[in-house]
Amino acid sequence: MEFFELGKISLLIGFGLIVLGFWGILSQKNIIKIILSFTIMETGVNILIVSLGYVKGKTAPIIDSAVEQGANHSVLGQVVDPVPQALVLTAIVIGFGTTALLLAYAMKLFKAKRTLQINNFNDLKW
Amino acid sequence: MLRNLLISLLLLSFVYIFYNLYVGFTPKTELDGIAAHYADKGAAEIGAANLVTAVVVTYRGFDTLGEVTILFLTASIIGFFLKLTEADENKVIIHRGTSELLVTSSNLLVPIIILFGIYVFMNGHLTPGGGFQGGAIIASAVALAILANPNMHINHQIILWVESISGVVFVLIGVLGILLAGGFLDNRVLPQGQFGTLLSAGAIPIIYSFIGLKVGAEISNILEKYQKSQKES
Repeated sequence: MEFFELGKISLLIGFGLIVLGFWGILSQKNIIKIILSFTIMETGVNILIVSLGYVKGKTAPIIDSAVEQGANHSVLGQVVDPVPQALVLTAIVIGFGTTALLLAYAMKLFKAKRTLQINNFNDLKW
Repeated sequence: MLRNLLISLLLLSFVYIFYNLYVGFTPKTELDGIAAHYADKGAAEIGAANLVTAVVVTYRGFDTLGEVTILFLTASIIGFFLKLTEADENKVIIHRGTSELLVTSSNLLVPIIILFGIYVFMNGHLTPGGGFQGGAIIASAVALAILANPNMHINHQIILWVESISGVVFVLIGVLGILLAGGFLDNRVLPQGQFGTLLSAGAIPIIYSFIGLKVGAEISNILEKYQKSQKES
């Protein structure tokens, strides 16, 4: 079992993007950059979930001439797991929603103080 | 200084956890449990060539209803949050003219992009794609149109009606599933048809078309809110 196996490369990319996004959320000062970091982290999680459904050497779960079909269009043993892909579809839509909301908040914050530097929003600091 | 130290400490612990997960993970060699059932019987039970669509629309249709609700919620919160005052609403602002290139190409591309979006959500049960993807493509056409003409007026009433009617039809088809077939959002209210053709998989093409219209309308609604908020003083 080598380290860089084909089925694990996307897993590695997913972990890398999550750590990168987390670093951005913690260390960036510009609100837009923080929102971008959120989306990067989200992408990492999505890649991670999809790669968990990977089955070695199998193809996409779409039944057409590319896959060998059994009786009644059964493709057992031919395709990867369709469930994580369906869940990621949900996750992408929710990610879109949260990003749109975050951008609306960022607009309101900019209107309030004419700046996007998070250091200037210290009203709740004591 | 202390802050940077804490951040790197946190990230290093993350990397440590992920490293252990990564080393300990072995990819599956065959499907098991519910996924095996979907791969084995999915096509016979649902009739959709795209198994992901079968999972999204029928096996886990309730999830999709929740997703659509979340999108609706987002659109309404943004509408509430970016609400303009009466004076701002009637203000006319002069934008810097957009380039000829953008205007001409958007005139050409917008109808084609909308057509492609419709193709994607109507063929969601056969090819990679579906309601959410098709809706997002339609909304990207609206975004391009707004970029080319920042003063563009988007008819709010049309968006409102398309969104409401598609949402109601989606739920009604779901309720029909209780009356005529196995349960809420069951796709077998309509005959399954020839496998692999456009009119197959029972109610899935209809449900996905309405989801596509709803998502397109909702994202266009959000875009319109953002466009209008430029007027805010």
